[in-house]
Amino acid sequence: MIREAISRLRYIFRKHNASTEVDEELRLHMAHAIEAKIASGLSPHEARRQASIEFGSLQAAREQCHDQHPRAWLDTLRQDLQFSLRSLKRDRGFTVVAVAILAIGMGANIAVFSLVNTILLRPLSFHDPEALVWIQPADAGGGLSGSTYSVDAYEDLRDMNRSYSGVTGYFAFSSPNNHKLTGNGIPQPITGIDVVPNFLNVLGVTPGLGRDFRKEDGIKGASPVVMLSHAFWTAHFHGDRNLINTAVSIDNAPVTVVGILPESFDFGSTFSPGTRVDVLTPLNVEAIRYSGNTLTFIGRLKPGITAQQASSETATLFPQFYWGKKFPDSKGSYGRAVAVPMKEHVAGQLRHSLYVLWAAVATILLIVCVNLSNLLLGRAAARSKEFSLRFALGASRGRLLRQLLTESFLLAASGSILGVAVAAAVASWLAHQGSIALPLISELRIDPVTLWWTVLLGLVAMVLFGTIPSLRATDTGLQSRLKDSGPAASEGKRHEGLRNALVVSEIALACVLIVGAGLLLRSFLHVMDVDLGFRPSQSASITVDVPNLKNEDRYSFYRNLLHEISAVPGVEIAGLSDNLPLARNRTWGPPGVKGVTYGRNERPSTFVYVVSPGYLPTMGMRLRGRDISWNDNATNEPVIIINEKAARFLFPNGDALDHMVVMSGKEVRIIGVVSDIHETNVEAGSSWQVYLPIAQGWGEDGAELVIRSSMPPDTLATPLLSTLRRLNPGQPAVELRPLQALVDHSISPRRFFAFLVAIFAAVGLLLACLGIYGVISYSVARQTQEIGIRMALGATRIRVLFSVIGRTVRLSVIGIAIGTIVSFMVAKAITALLYGTEPSDPITFSGMILLLLSVAVCSGYLPARRAADVSPMTALRTE
Amino acid sequence: MPPSTDILQGTLDVLILKTLAHGPMHGWGIATRIQQISADVLQIGQGSLYPALHRLEYKGWIEASWGASENNRKAKFYSLTPLGSKQLRSELEQWERLSTAISTVLNASREEFA
Repeated sequence: MIREAISRLRYIFRKHNASTEVDEELRLHMAHAIEAKIASGLSPHEARRQASIEFGSLQAAREQCHDQHPRAWLDTLRQDLQFSLRSLKRDRGFTVVAVAILAIGMGANIAVFSLVNTILLRPLSFHDPEALVWIQPADAGGGLSGSTYSVDAYEDLRDMNRSYSGVTGYFAFSSPNNHKLTGNGIPQPITGIDVVPNFLNVLGVTPGLGRDFRKEDGIKGASPVVMLSHAFWTAHFHGDRNLINTAVSIDNAPVTVVGILPESFDFGSTFSPGTRVDVLTPLNVEAIRYSGNTLTFIGRLKPGITAQQASSETATLFPQFYWGKKFPDSKGSYGRAVAVPMKEHVAGQLRHSLYVLWAAVATILLIVCVNLSNLLLGRAAARSKEFSLRFALGASRGRLLRQLLTESFLLAASGSILGVAVAAAVASWLAHQGSIALPLISELRIDPVTLWWTVLLGLVAMVLFGTIPSLRATDTGLQSRLKDSGPAASEGKRHEGLRNALVVSEIALACVLIVGAGLLLRSFLHVMDVDLGFRPSQSASITVDVPNLKNEDRYSFYRNLLHEISAVPGVEIAGLSDNLPLARNRTWGPPGVKGVTYGRNERPSTFVYVVSPGYLPTMGMRLRGRDISWNDNATNEPVIIINEKAARFLFPNGDALDHMVVMSGKEVRIIGVVSDIHETNVEAGSSWQVYLPIAQGWGEDGAELVIRSSMPPDTLATPLLSTLRRLNPGQPAVELRPLQALVDHSISPRRFFAFLVAIFAAVGLLLACLGIYGVISYSVARQTQEIGIRMALGATRIRVLFSVIGRTVRLSVIGIAIGTIVSFMVAKAITALLYGTEPSDPITFSGMILLLLSVAVCSGYLPARRAADVSPMTALRTE
Repeated sequence: MPPSTDILQGTLDVLILKTLAHGPMHGWGIATRIQQISADVLQIGQGSLYPALHRLEYKGWIEASWGASENNRKAKFYSLTPLGSKQLRSELEQWERLSTAISTVLNASREEFA
């Protein structure tokens, strides 16, 4: 077998002029035959005649020999390709439309696949990523708040576990722009994350340049070192390789650059989507040992241990841990914990949305295929004479089929290639949208897996749109077609039934897309409408660099700063807080009424904002009682403002105002009750929140300046920054961000998905229109004669118009009816993705029906007009 | 007269191989030889002979070279390759087995069917 195949393969590449050889061979055969006849006594003339009869067609013999050649199929393919190219070129309008809609369909599919591939399918770019787990409480309600632990817990886990070959973590509460790069003109804001020194080692990331952190780097008094992200190194140091082991100035102190992270590892896009992380620094655990639950836990499973086994061990271990060993009664601070595979932690929440997106583009491709099928059917009808003729001349059905499929192949191939180009453009654009809070999106690209997917999808599309029209076009009964003199009347009828069915399915598919998009858009609008507890419009925030001053001096600095900022033209009101809503996620132990004992976990952890006077009104929050004032200082009674939710729980039987509560061991008076804000997530509910005066020694952690102004942030930024720099030359050139940006960031994934699905629905609608238009105008063209006769017999223009539009409406109604049923099931399946919207939302459904009907009538109107404009005389004369 | 196309393709192949086993031959020669030996029962038309010859050549079972025919015409002579004679042997064995089996069945006595 193999030797046979090799032998055949040899002939594929051997140059051959078989035709002349074969001719010579056949001629010789003929000559021999004639000689034999003459020898048997026939006259030369008769001998030649009989030999010729026996011999049959020379041409057929030649072709049969040629067909035996191993390269024959290649030649046929070449012929088919050439012929298809010629025929597509002749029908340029059709080709352009077909390739364009295919490119849109394929492009959308490839782009979404690359997204799915990047976020869900491709393993994380760590060594042996399957062994990495994220360790979090079993009942984590999402977000970071519940999933961080203390240093003592970290050390216990590290020492007591038997499942992990390494446990690491990072400080979870670093705010953006928490450092500045100094020493070279205006300080540049940078974002750094403190990681346990074994962080990269456990993840299995090798620095692109330089060395990994060592254990000693995280010890008190160690000389400060830093690891730069690849992007930061390239942008700020032009990829200078000599930077390793030299010092750069961060926060006005020299820090040695020990390494550069590899390009493949972007901390932000993996662990904190939508934020930029410039540098990693080794964590000194002693400095934060008693600062609370600040560490996230990441573990690498030992070989052979599954996440499930690790989880069952972790579940029994965690309740034995101390919050702080200094406090013996803090044992048992933690509930059961589970080990979640890292990929699941990073991308798990998006799985559902991505599948929906995937289904949406698959629907688009289906519509594209149905549409193309329709176009090809129209073309096949127009070419039926051509095929009949070729069939009559001896072409086999298989040969014709192959040729038509070659045409489909050419269309699919060019559509796919264009689609890849479209998708590559979309992917590279998306990869640079740092503000979209989707994980790993910076790694979005068209990789080989995506290309294979494209090939597969192209083939599937080709089969989907090419098979039925090709079978139809080469259907039997070809001779009857040749005989037909009219515009293939009966044939057209059969085509039309199929084409109607195709249009109906197209409309039904468009229905599903529109309903899906409608529901997601309505959810998005509901999210936009959520009462955030503050008014983000017309306000902006900027990170203030706080000079290293003693408490009272620092408070005067704040007071003076607010005074100066209020004087900047355009600024209506200003305030400071060390934390903003929808930004950093920081909780303290909850306040309680003195003397009352609360059950463990009865009160939720509480978000803390250390704020200046004016902050609450600047944020546009609704306040009962009084705002914090500068008189709330170290010499006066400590005060607190709590949110409605906390107030309702602590004082169920009366107003909380003026009551005393205990906060972090101090007795404080409640001077105000303020609206609940969405502290971490627009779509999640609110927890407890307290506001503490900035001048009462609570230890504010940085400062965010918030201003309210009717002027756009762009114009305000310069005077604001120059004021800040005048007050503190160390102020880095940070951006003045509208508060809306915080909200946008929080809802960016939802907006992203809703927006994409809406685009797909629009494309689906457009294609459905095209389908309706195509079918109706084809049937009008076919019926020109009939319409002419009817008009000659007295049918009015309006009647003709309505009959055509009526047919359009009939098709659409059937399509919409089927589509509504399917949409209903689909809507049920995506309930989890909806917000404040019922899957059977009547507005969406009725909107869809109205939209589709009117669009259908519009696309039927043009051909209807054409029908109504038919002049009976010309119509009867044609053909 | 049975038309040549009725000969099973595989059968024609083995007939050609067998004929060539006795030495190189051109197409006409092969056809007449088979006809003679089969006492005019098997008549191979050019329509199946030459495609078969080409097919066998591409498979590497026979090879061709141009030479002079008996009446001094330029002719394409086919001869068996080692691969071809191996193939012939195995086909003959198979044919032997098959035909024995068939004739055993066809010649079976009434008792054997009972």
